[in-house]
Amino acid sequence: MTIWNKGKPIDMELKKKMYFDMLRIRMVEEAIAKHYSEQEMRCPVHLCIGQEAVAVGVCANLSKEDYVMSNHRSHGHYLAKGGNLKAMLAEIYGKATGCSKGKGGSMHLVDLSANFVGATPIVSSSIPVAVGLAFGTILKEKRSITAVFFGDAATEEGVFCESLNFASLKKLPIVFICENNFYSVYSPLFVRQPPERDNLSIVRAYGVAGEKGDGNDVLDVYTLAQRAIAHINQGLGPYYLQFDTYRWREHCGPNYDNDLGYRAEDEFTTWQGRCPIKHIEESLKNEGIISDSEVKEMVKRIHEEISEAFDFAKSSPFPDPKSAFAEVYA
Amino acid sequence: MDRIITYAQAILEATEQCMAADSSVYIMGLGVPDPKGIFGTTLGLKEKFGDNRVCDMPVSENGMTGVAIGSAIVGMRPIMTHQRVDFMLLSLDQIINNAAKWHYMFGGKMKVPLTIRLLVGRGWGQGPQHSQSLQALFAHIPGLKVVMPATPYDAKGLMVAAVEDDNPVIYIEHRWLHGTFGYVPEEKYASTMGARLMRVGTDLTIVSSSLMTLEALKAANVLSEQGIEVELVDLRTIKPLDEKTVLDSIDKTGRLLVVDGAWQSFGVSAEIMAMVSEKAFDSLKCAPKRIAFADVPTPTSFALTNHYYPRAIDIVNTARKMLKMSEVTEEEAGICHQAPLDVPDLSFTGPF
Ligand SMILES: Cc1ncc(C[n+]2csc(CCOP(=O)(O)OP(=O)(O)O)c2C)c(N)n1
Repeated sequence: MTIWNKGKPIDMELKKKMYFDMLRIRMVEEAIAKHYSEQEMRCPVHLCIGQEAVAVGVCANLSKEDYVMSNHRSHGHYLAKGGNLKAMLAEIYGKATGCSKGKGGSMHLVDLSANFVGATPIVSSSIPVAVGLAFGTILKEKRSITAVFFGDAATEEGVFCESLNFASLKKLPIVFICENNFYSVYSPLFVRQPPERDNLSIVRAYGVAGEKGDGNDVLDVYTLAQRAIAHINQGLGPYYLQFDTYRWREHCGPNYDNDLGYRAEDEFTTWQGRCPIKHIEESLKNEGIISDSEVKEMVKRIHEEISEAFDFAKSSPFPDPKSAFAEVYA
Repeated sequence: MDRIITYAQAILEATEQCMAADSSVYIMGLGVPDPKGIFGTTLGLKEKFGDNRVCDMPVSENGMTGVAIGSAIVGMRPIMTHQRVDFMLLSLDQIINNAAKWHYMFGGKMKVPLTIRLLVGRGWGQGPQHSQSLQALFAHIPGLKVVMPATPYDAKGLMVAAVEDDNPVIYIEHRWLHGTFGYVPEEKYASTMGARLMRVGTDLTIVSSSLMTLEALKAANVLSEQGIEVELVDLRTIKPLDEKTVLDSIDKTGRLLVVDGAWQSFGVSAEIMAMVSEKAFDSLKCAPKRIAFADVPTPTSFALTNHYYPRAIDIVNTARKMLKMSEVTEEEAGICHQAPLDVPDLSFTGPF
């Protein structure tokens, strides 16, 4: 039997690393937001500011050979899985050095060296593909786990249930991660799902184990993901995790959009008050694991990395127009 | 009298008038009642008609299309909207297997008066999964009608016609047309499902639709200055195809250039060329030509899309070639491009 041997204990180093990773994602996203108005990133961007803990807490449990797939809001997942920042930014800038050579943009990130197998923006459409990755690993007797990230809206598509069914049928090593930020564009959860709906009951009815957690608490995310992996390690098949969290900026684009009135200001400020990064930072400081000067040092380091990556992206060449017509067939 | 409004406003007005006139008309789709109201085309409807007739929906395109079909069978007239053509692909089963066939396969006993609004995205990094133009795919299916208005006047008229039609109608609107202005009468009217002569000419027939009709119009004006009089047929309706208007024009000009904002192979342009070759071969003075997209998915980078989409100059030069004239540059033709090809106009700054 295949054994998936994963899961580090939560020690100081791990906590610090997760804090760093979240901070890095936040700073990258904020840099994208800042540069967006320059009109050089000419593609839709779906920022994950406010949702960093889910990406980091889950991916901290994964090793390089594990697979990750994602949706339109994928920057955090890509970076947390070890995707190449330069290649990501270059892709958003539409450059030849981008991870999809300028053919994909922000909505189609990929880094095979990190086993980030791809992000696609059609809601839910990467979920069955991820199940297929997991099926493939079983057929090939590989010891990889697959993790697939999606939003609350994706659980409304039929293919979500079809995917649960097959994953359960074949006891596949896959973790389904639903990031519930309560909105699909401007449509709140309550216009899309009845209040009685309980995704855990749904997944369990398909024979998939599941758990809900606090998506703004990276330690909670980490612990639950670790439990999911332990479950898979025992050969018990797929696992579903649902984390409540919140998107701070507009659905698509660099700005805040509370002025549209689709969500209440106090709901927003309550969630902002629960910033996942501040949350872990405070507890690390309280525990004496990290000091102000260390934080400053991290910020400086990340800042340098980001500005180097932006320089790379901006100064990279555009793809040759002919390349648009290549790679249609393998 | 000459009331000028935008294409988006024309769609809104048509929807509102159809809903006011017939209580069985309702509209459903992701974001229909949200503060942006599908690029302004559904704003204010919820306040007027309530959330049952103007409803958001779960992100469940296939399921909800089936729901719309069922409601149509019992007498409703749903308008379903999708912010991109690409999202509706999840509901192809319901559309192709059910909506398109229901009337036929039950011996004409029931009907599905369903309108499905699809938006074609383009540019600003919409890329392979947010910018597809699939009119040919839908037109291929017996039982579906496909309309593609190019002007605000027809955006309204064809919306009314689609809603009042007793069949499933695929209504395809190009995102770049939403901001265009034109004359639109205030009263409710239905445009006929057929082609329109946008311009009368003698030398060459251009057949086009949707956004490409605007490019063709631009090209026709340039060609006219060069002494070539184009007859421009705006298809308006891809299916049923208005063969007569196309054939009458070919009779007159003897030259056919089809411009389609979609992939070339097996597409609308192929159908029109086949139809003309079968029915008017003897009228043709030269081989018909077409301008369409190369058979590759839309790339994302604007450096690539800038070379992907055909422009007016391509139409000008193809027409000139058909008349055995030499090519001209954009400067010589006096075509000035204000904006790069990934934005509809200079006011557009993203992100969607
Ligand atoms: C099949 C499909 N339908 C509709 C859309 C339009 N759309 C893009 S993102 C999005 C919201 C998805 O919400 P969710 O999955 O909860 O993720 P979030 O954006 O909240 O992170 C929608 C409806 C789409 N991309 N694909």
